[in-house]
Amino acid sequence: MSVAAMTFPRRLVTRRKLRDQLFVIACMVIAAISMAVLVVLLSSIVTQGLKYFRWDFLREVPSRRPAKAGIGPAMWGTIWVCVICALTALPLGVGTAVLLEEFKPKRSWARRIHGFVQLNISNLAGVPSIVYGILGLTLFVQMWDLFGNLSEPTFTFGTREDWYYVQLPFGRGTLAGGLTLMLVVLPIIIVAAQEALRAVPNSLREGAMALGSTPWKVVARMTLPAAVPGIMTGSILAMSRAIGEAAPMLVIAGVVYITFTPKHLMDEFTVMPLQIYNWASLPQEEFHRVAATGIIVLLIVLLTFNALAVFIRQYFQKPLS
Amino acid sequence: MTTMTQRPVSPASTPPLAGPVQVTAAPPEVLTKRPAHTQAPRPAEPSARTAITVRAFNAWYGSFQALHKVELDVPHCRVTSLIGPSGCGKSTFLRWINRMNDLIPIARADGTLDLHGIDLLSRNTDAVDLRRRVGMVFQKPNPFPKSIYDNVAFGPRLHFRIRRRDLEDLVERSLRAAALWDEVKDRLKSSALGLSGGQQQRLCIARAIAVGPEVVLMDEPCSALDPKSTARIEDLIRELRKDYTIVIVTHNMQQAARVSDLTSFFFEGRLIETGATADIFTNPRNKQTEDYVTGRFG
Repeated sequence: MSVAAMTFPRRLVTRRKLRDQLFVIACMVIAAISMAVLVVLLSSIVTQGLKYFRWDFLREVPSRRPAKAGIGPAMWGTIWVCVICALTALPLGVGTAVLLEEFKPKRSWARRIHGFVQLNISNLAGVPSIVYGILGLTLFVQMWDLFGNLSEPTFTFGTREDWYYVQLPFGRGTLAGGLTLMLVVLPIIIVAAQEALRAVPNSLREGAMALGSTPWKVVARMTLPAAVPGIMTGSILAMSRAIGEAAPMLVIAGVVYITFTPKHLMDEFTVMPLQIYNWASLPQEEFHRVAATGIIVLLIVLLTFNALAVFIRQYFQKPLS
Repeated sequence: MTTMTQRPVSPASTPPLAGPVQVTAAPPEVLTKRPAHTQAPRPAEPSARTAITVRAFNAWYGSFQALHKVELDVPHCRVTSLIGPSGCGKSTFLRWINRMNDLIPIARADGTLDLHGIDLLSRNTDAVDLRRRVGMVFQKPNPFPKSIYDNVAFGPRLHFRIRRRDLEDLVERSLRAAALWDEVKDRLKSSALGLSGGQQQRLCIARAIAVGPEVVLMDEPCSALDPKSTARIEDLIRELRKDYTIVIVTHNMQQAARVSDLTSFFFEGRLIETGATADIFTNPRNKQTEDYVTGRFG
């Protein structure tokens, strides 16, 4: 067989190249459409919102006059709720992930329970957040009315003016809000931490074990330190989801007009997405611009968080073997 | 021993060993002279005592019997090599000596496996303490993603309450014993992952001997290395033989011939023949052994 006979006819080659190029062009068009949507969205928000964008916007309280309105209380509400969420969700989530990943049971019935829990955590990560809002309402806000109703709590410690005021049931306060957000992000953190732990090669566990580490020391000195960058990245992304959550907060805090920053764990609060929703639902056109300003602030916070996650992934994720 | 307090380790069921573990003893006089790897192997004189006694040892994975009635005396401070085709049970045997098979839920064993009077199969034997006495080097070098120093200090930090200066001494001695000190002394704080494969494996050996084991198990320690690194590890094994009982699994029969005093041939879960290495390779008693060492199968 001659060399010439083995080459394709020219016509077929050009058609094949053409098809190849068509595919590339199709991909570019699709990518351009999604980018265009994003650009239009962002530019319309920025043009609308820049009018009221100033430092004082972060400090001022919501006002009837758009020029005076600010996002201060909502921002502080978000900070309170998210700090509570992070402080509770991180230890619980990482602990659960370590149990599920590093201490897999050996007995068959325990293995079945392990598989059941694992399946459910993966499913919980996909449950709509409003469901967690309703769960939080019964679990934290009302506590099934076990401790009286909201207006007459059974147990109180301090008065509403003290910074350490605590009551049972928690009521529509920052603690209930933070714990509800914890429910929302817990499955995400568990799954992310499990993946980070799974990425630690088994040879490292065996190596630590062969030196005489107890299972606990293997986790504390080998697996967990190696997984920390991955856990951090996943947790930060989970927290940026928590910051943007409106639905469960709507159930817990309600649409309230709040002009003060929260002072204690039981204090009423609002969060940035709710405040934005509040402004956007007002009839005056000017308040829609204020809402856009709030969105800019929210987006800046979210993008900062995501950038931090990318940074950690890039600079702290060392190769493990 | 004055500068270091050893954690109380042995549970009541495990009899204490003859003398304390020599972690603070003078460094073994390695590095001073090292035979070239081409040099003829050590004399195969019989060892004074037996380190590991194996009698009627059976091991299973679930219902599959991996080892049948193994009988073996591993001599103290000698190199014993386990050879045989893949799947013959030699790695399984090795991993029972430091109970790494505990990690595998379906693994079980019976018979006698005894290290200086410690019943290795007993539930009462503390596997964590056992693994300090029986170090292990794996097939693929597995340095921890930490600094070279922290790799070697990992074991001592687990087991001993030890002062910083003494720990530095111990790390240096271990690295010297593993013939790695000269190459890494200027970069102890840099990552162990930056070392070459052969250096990584010697680091793993340094890490294993830093806790003062009596036995060092090696599971094909050179199979991932180039010939030059292999030669260095083999030199090292011959040096370590002065202070440690070494059991090495290898697929490389020349390696077994070069480094070991005693060779055991495993085939299909049975220990076919054990003898002085020279005898096994030149004058095997068993037909299967002869076929294997002459390369007729396996």
